[in-house]
Amino acid sequence: MKSFDGKTLRWEWREGVIELTLDHEPANEIGTAMLADLEQFVAAFAALAPETSVCIISSARKAVFSAGGDLRELYATAAAVAAKDRPAGVRAFLGRIHAVMNAIDEAPFVTIAAVHGACLGGGLELALACDMIIADKMARFAFPELRLGFIPGFGGIPRLKRDLGNAFVRDLLFTGRTVNATRAHAVGLVAQLAGEGEAHRIARSTAAQITKYDSVTRSAAKKFIKPIPREELRREIDLFCELFTRPAVMAALKKFVEDSGPMPYLP
Amino acid sequence: MRTLEQTTQEVLDLAASHFHVPAGSLAPGDDFFKKLGIDSLQTLEMLSRLENHFGIELPDYEVQGVSDFKTLAERIQSRL
Repeated sequence: MKSFDGKTLRWEWREGVIELTLDHEPANEIGTAMLADLEQFVAAFAALAPETSVCIISSARKAVFSAGGDLRELYATAAAVAAKDRPAGVRAFLGRIHAVMNAIDEAPFVTIAAVHGACLGGGLELALACDMIIADKMARFAFPELRLGFIPGFGGIPRLKRDLGNAFVRDLLFTGRTVNATRAHAVGLVAQLAGEGEAHRIARSTAAQITKYDSVTRSAAKKFIKPIPREELRREIDLFCELFTRPAVMAALKKFVEDSGPMPYLP
Repeated sequence: MRTLEQTTQEVLDLAASHFHVPAGSLAPGDDFFKKLGIDSLQTLEMLSRLENHFGIELPDYEVQGVSDFKTLAERIQSRL
């Protein structure tokens, strides 16, 4: 299969490069629908690998790469079951998400997140699973999860700690604030800065360069420099599930879902 | 260094340009959410525009609850 058109994303292989485009209204939220499409995508890796050097992940939505986990779906699903049954459901979902993120993290080709607009929460976690982030100057990054009473649950903290210095990691996590692409580039989160609207073009140019080199050497180098923090990722799931049982979390999610104000993505 | 009045005018001009409204149609006391009808993603874009223009970082928590251009300009001024 050299292309795929799903409910929330599409991808196409051309001349050694896969271009995966997230396209799910309103803001590429990662819920069960996108998870299912991503699972199909990673299931195709083995077949695609021999002829693929790079995968570029980008967004077709205006002003956003991904606003993160689908909090409305999370709240609706959790509210529909007894409190004592919620952790099991959340754990099952996180297990699937982590499997996808880990597969992207160790993909048998280079992965580039071409980011424009808001890259928040789970969206940032998806970008972090990639080998590099190329962001346009208007992009913004955040982990707003603490505002809702839990932590990033899609593998963000272990990956952020793997890649960046603790001062920035703690600032991002404890304040929940957004940082612009220029700052993100300065601290090493973003590999290359692009002009407004140019992230995808620069990602393609970068992909063309990467494609020139021997794939066996590239794969060996990637495994060497990018260990997967498996134990920490497992502990992140445990901590997320533990925090999720607190009544304050459901209250915060309910407030988010019912919020008609102008800033719902940063509760 | 810019005065607050200069900063305020630059904020108004940037907002007008970014959201494609006539220059001079925005006033310091305007509620930018109501006047421009913008959502949170557009607000984040505006934040990037302002940070890039003024060469500052403006944490979201410093503009939480701020909805008029004048107060936004004051927050920016404090970072110059």
